[in-house]
Amino acid sequence: MAVMRYQQAVRLAMTEEMRRDPNVFLLGEEIAQYQGTYRVTEGMLQEFGERRVVDTPISEIGIAGMATGAAMAGLRPVAEFMTWSFALSAMDQLINHAAKITYMSGGRIQCPVVFRGPAGVGTQLSAQHSHSLESWFAHTPGFKVVMPATPADAKGLLKTAIRDNNPIIFMEHAGLYGLSGEVPDDTEFMIPFGQAAVRREGTDISLVAYSRGVQMCLKAAEALAKDNISAEVIDLRTLVPLDMATVVASITKTHRAVVVQEEWRNVGFAAELATRIYEQAFDELDAPVERVAGADVPMPYAKNLERAAIPTDADIVAAAKRALA
Amino acid sequence: MAKTVVAPPTEDNISRAEMLDLYRLMLRVRRLEESVYRKFHEAKIGGYLHRYDGQEALVAGIVPQLQLPQDKILCTYRDHAHALACGTSAREIMAELMGRATGCAGGKGGSMHLIDPDKGFLGGDGIVGGPIPISVGVGYALQYTGSKNICVCYFGDGAMNQGGVHEAFNMVGLFKLPVLYILENNKYAMGTSVQRSTGQLDFVLKAKAHGIAGERIDGMDVLNVRRIAERVIKQIRETGEPYFLDVECYRFFGHGIGDDNTGGQKFYRSEEEVSKWRQRDPISQILRDLKHKGYINDEQIEAIEAEIKAEVEDAIHFAENSLEPPLESLYENVFSE
Repeated sequence: MAVMRYQQAVRLAMTEEMRRDPNVFLLGEEIAQYQGTYRVTEGMLQEFGERRVVDTPISEIGIAGMATGAAMAGLRPVAEFMTWSFALSAMDQLINHAAKITYMSGGRIQCPVVFRGPAGVGTQLSAQHSHSLESWFAHTPGFKVVMPATPADAKGLLKTAIRDNNPIIFMEHAGLYGLSGEVPDDTEFMIPFGQAAVRREGTDISLVAYSRGVQMCLKAAEALAKDNISAEVIDLRTLVPLDMATVVASITKTHRAVVVQEEWRNVGFAAELATRIYEQAFDELDAPVERVAGADVPMPYAKNLERAAIPTDADIVAAAKRALA
Repeated sequence: MAKTVVAPPTEDNISRAEMLDLYRLMLRVRRLEESVYRKFHEAKIGGYLHRYDGQEALVAGIVPQLQLPQDKILCTYRDHAHALACGTSAREIMAELMGRATGCAGGKGGSMHLIDPDKGFLGGDGIVGGPIPISVGVGYALQYTGSKNICVCYFGDGAMNQGGVHEAFNMVGLFKLPVLYILENNKYAMGTSVQRSTGQLDFVLKAKAHGIAGERIDGMDVLNVRRIAERVIKQIRETGEPYFLDVECYRFFGHGIGDDNTGGQKFYRSEEEVSKWRQRDPISQILRDLKHKGYINDEQIEAIEAEIKAEVEDAIHFAENSLEPPLESLYENVFSE
């Protein structure tokens, strides 16, 4: 075990996989010479050279197409979007090409590509740079959607993503890049997709989240504990595939749930999660599922307005108390 | 606007057998398209349908010169000809069009998504301009692995006005990737002529603006296409650098089945224009050349027609007698293992 930051764990996963498999290469904006906008790819050009760490122009359609085409032709590209907000330019290549080629070809084409980069909100980046849009990608058949909440998961899930034979949407949270934690040294440390983690055990209410929402839920659980409320925290890790068994098992124990997402509330992933809980565990519920999510507004710049638009651990505490009232 | 280079009277060093192959391939494409059209009207085929009639030389002049499956081909939704030329059987094509399990994509792709990776054919693409960003990655993979293989990417004149195309051209020009771009310049993006859609009609200039050399050529004469493609393919293999061919051609039918059925064509082009281009039908031209050289007689013409008719009828029989994909396969192939 080594203690490292989430951002370093992402780099470690890519570095190990590139040492292991010569078909893995990186492409993206400012990832090579500039060492990465968030320094995620720092030193990788020096180790692997410009054939395998490719600086691209600011051309998201080109990046998404290049990654998809290279995957169709047998390589295993890892494409970085400088932020997931910029992936909006590339939606046709992502949705209509990467996600569909395997199905459209009757399974004759594999598309082992990872699209990764920072997502999320919270540093006054205002309306056009404060997205993750995981609900859009999870909505689209053909993608696996991965949103790690800890440094160890960042490594273990990214390694699984790179070895997977499908297009992967891998969303790192920019607000988690500085988070430190223990990360296994093992170069075969892999976290399988579709296995949620119980981050904290509890008996009174289930808090279900992913990415930075998990960290907020852990804080909320601390606060709830002071009021003698025992909260269980579930980290979904992957939205597609989705581990409902762990969620249902938790609710079977607690009979109450709060679902958390940072993105816009309307038609968001939390709504899907709540619906599945109703479909699969309705009889276990003693209260309606509570939903904590972002405000349905383009992200405002002013610090106070931004704070008001983003869900917090206090919102989760309040939601949990409503469910328990 | 670059002037089309019309070939001088052909003095190609081409054997009788090769010429007959070109004729046969173009005729197979034509007869297949005709049969597909009939089958659409019998409601055996659904969805959209885009015929290649008139443009056969662009496929016949190029695809047989490739080293398939190591070379790779990408194209548009007007893709039946490309599949056939790559070696996908008429059976698998017809079965795919009829939505049968025996189709080249198991019935999940249809007319716009014919595909046959075992033959180097990475598929038709339903999105205008869609395959061009993909070609960057295919070209990069060929360069990455150190092969001398090339990617041939077909697209239409409408694609030249798609933003992603220019991102992709820039990257291919920048990275110097072994991609041959074939602009199927049939003069109409659906019903909008290039004059009504395009500010700069010199498409070669646009390629050059991104660092890709190119030229404009006549695409109604298969021998001309073949001769230029031979040189260009060799050049790409040697240099590893991309090339762009603006191939002037014409589609004899409408953009798609809807265009033919509703008579949409009369709103954007005249019958005189169509018949003028039909006089340059690439199949008639090569047949004339074959006759002129004494390479074919009426009996042989009939034999080839009969052979192709049998192939198409066999494909139809095969497709009509194939099973639809099982319902259990609905959720299969969303993901690879």
